[in-house]
Amino acid sequence: MAANGAALPRPLGLLAELTHRCPLGCPYCSNPLALDPRAEELDAATWARVFREAAALGVLQVHLSGGEPAARRDLLEIMASARDAGLYTNLITSGVGLAAKTLGALAEAGLDHVQVSIQDSEEASADHIAGYEGAYARKRALAAEVVALKIPLTVNAVIHRANIARVEQLVSLALAMGATRVEIAHVQYYGWALKNRAALMPTRAQVEAAVEQVESLRARHSGRIVIDAVVPDYHARFPKPCVGGWGRRSLNVTPSGKVLPCHAAESIPGLAFWSVREHSLAEIWTSSPAFNAFRGTAFLPEPCQSCERREVDFGGCRCQAFALTGDARATDPVCQFSPHHGLVTELAAVQEERPYAYRRM
Amino acid sequence: MTDAAPGITADTRPRLPRGVRLVHNEAQGGWVLLAPERVFKADAIAAEIVKRCTGEATFAEIVDDLAKTYAAPRERIAADAGALLRSLADKKLLEL
Repeated sequence: MAANGAALPRPLGLLAELTHRCPLGCPYCSNPLALDPRAEELDAATWARVFREAAALGVLQVHLSGGEPAARRDLLEIMASARDAGLYTNLITSGVGLAAKTLGALAEAGLDHVQVSIQDSEEASADHIAGYEGAYARKRALAAEVVALKIPLTVNAVIHRANIARVEQLVSLALAMGATRVEIAHVQYYGWALKNRAALMPTRAQVEAAVEQVESLRARHSGRIVIDAVVPDYHARFPKPCVGGWGRRSLNVTPSGKVLPCHAAESIPGLAFWSVREHSLAEIWTSSPAFNAFRGTAFLPEPCQSCERREVDFGGCRCQAFALTGDARATDPVCQFSPHHGLVTELAAVQEERPYAYRRM
Repeated sequence: MTDAAPGITADTRPRLPRGVRLVHNEAQGGWVLLAPERVFKADAIAAEIVKRCTGEATFAEIVDDLAKTYAAPRERIAADAGALLRSLADKKLLEL
């Protein structure tokens, strides 16, 4: 039952975090600070069951992610089982550790789409941000292999202070790599990014210039590449509808099998997450305490309750509300109407030149 | 046959590009067209049209087949199918 008694929506997407192992150390990684060890990872047979249950629940697309999904030796078997379940398969990869031979086998088995991340348009800076020498060159080679196999390619460029001046060059790089879609994804401050916030945070002037630039790049490259932008929400006036609303559109399965409403949900204390090892995905979607904790809008305080955007953004992000106010039910303080909005404005103005705390297991 | 829509002639052989797939999902109540990070619900008629976009059949053959299967006027089917295929092509969900 939904908390508000209405019929439950059906999820459309499933983020499958196959492993937390990753050769890169990006300081804005969305994985939690406490990473799942290899010994706790779900086996391929369990993933196959999860994918069948997901399709029966209404899920259409599965995002095979991590960590670096290619760190799993059974990636091909896992991808094929998602395809067999009728799901659209999107491989989200760093490009490092994914051998050309494996990619070829994945293409043959029906992999639908690849998304590769890039850290910067300048090689030395890109490798520094990734914390991995040679990452940039390997990513470019991988992208060429993807395009040669005729698999559609999205480039995901994560934007922060060290590369925000090069949005134009990043879009040019995505075009040169043969991508048909590029995400200009401003860092969201959860997990490792929250830890590195002051080292990553761009200034307001930089953000405004970048947002304007995306608009003009869209006009310039219309018909050649789709430019999607994830807004830099510490500099926004309204919050994002996190994952399209809690328990409304998507679910996230961790390497060890816990099912979360979003990748950062474990940062909220007191939520009970059920595991695919003990429950079916349908049971978890409909009945797990974590999914029902913030479904609907009934739990929201003022100013959300009387706000005309209540069903647009659902009061914003629960994880961010907790991270910044200590109360997961609060209005996301990114919202200009939040009584805590001043805190976001203050944090957005803090830029510190200090070394990154790289994501390591 | 005159062009059913801009860029679509009797000889056009429309097909779904790699990365775009039409699938049936019971829980979502029918056919959906899936593309990178995008999902489009397809009604029964749209699904019947898209299913025939194999890259083998010409637009004229697709229209003939639909007209026969649904015992409907050919002109109207050509207009409807042409408009649908044009809009899908504009969204890069179809190759002409």
